[in-house]
Amino acid sequence: MSKPAEYDVLDRQIINALHGGFPIVDEPYVEIASWFNIGSQELIERLDNLLKSGALTRFGPLFNSQRMGGEVTLAALCVPEHRYDEIAEIVNSYRQVAHNYQREHAFNMWFVICTEVPGEIKKVIQAIEDETGLKVYDCPKEREYFIGLRLQA
Amino acid sequence: MKSIKKIDTEIDEIDRRIVFATQKGIPLVERPFDAIAKQVGITANEIKYRLEVMLDNGIIRRIGAVPNHYHLGYVANGMSVWDVDDDAVDEFGEIIGTLDYVSHCYKRPRHLPVWPYNLFAMIHAKTRAEVEEKAAAIATILEGVCRNHEILYSTRILKKTGLRLFNTPK
Repeated sequence: MSKPAEYDVLDRQIINALHGGFPIVDEPYVEIASWFNIGSQELIERLDNLLKSGALTRFGPLFNSQRMGGEVTLAALCVPEHRYDEIAEIVNSYRQVAHNYQREHAFNMWFVICTEVPGEIKKVIQAIEDETGLKVYDCPKEREYFIGLRLQA
Repeated sequence: MKSIKKIDTEIDEIDRRIVFATQKGIPLVERPFDAIAKQVGITANEIKYRLEVMLDNGIIRRIGAVPNHYHLGYVANGMSVWDVDDDAVDEFGEIIGTLDYVSHCYKRPRHLPVWPYNLFAMIHAKTRAEVEEKAAAIATILEGVCRNHEILYSTRILKKTGLRLFNTPK
């Protein structure tokens, strides 16, 4: 994991204030900059730096892909240690695999599959099982109680 | 602008173009909706209207900053998983979802006998000790309805992409 970088107080205030509620107006950065008493150019530069340094993964809309006709699931594999990198490469090669994390557990590989067409998830899972010879544990969400991040920067 | 509010929540081809144009982010220019409009081929006013509609009906969860929690110092990321009574999981899932250190809280299927857990709560903290503390707090909340739990720490990001649409819309 990469080491946390340093940000100044204003950077942190900007990140916290821009959790949501981006103003849908012609000059949104002018409006946001006014909250912090800075100019829109400075705000844009700071956002650009936060994106480039990796403090922000993205700046923009967060889509609910399932509402767009797509499907999403969380899947897990129990990968033998000596095959770990090989299997990671296979799993990551699927464009439908959006995220993939190594975790400390017998279930040591957890990945998110996003597809645009209903029914495609089953095919991706089958393909990964065929290619790896391992069982994929499909854990689609049955209920969503919360999604978001309320951590203070 | 919202006088002709759309009722259906399906997205059409123009919405898909907007999704495609903005999935990497809102342009960091003075008039970002003009820039998106140019790419999509409609007016900035229609872009703004359609974004409002998609926000209203939940196709867009929010528009804003997506922080990388590792870079913010939240380096301990524990996926806590819980074996909760089926008839209690909804009630308690809602409660655990309100905790401010839980970023995702879902009910998922068990895979018996190897995977008995049906409630997933992602815990973010600055140290593993802090994750353990927060998990202990959740365990207290679930006392009497939960048989067992584990925390799966992430040790490596193998892949991470925010992209959802892969092809330029027709």
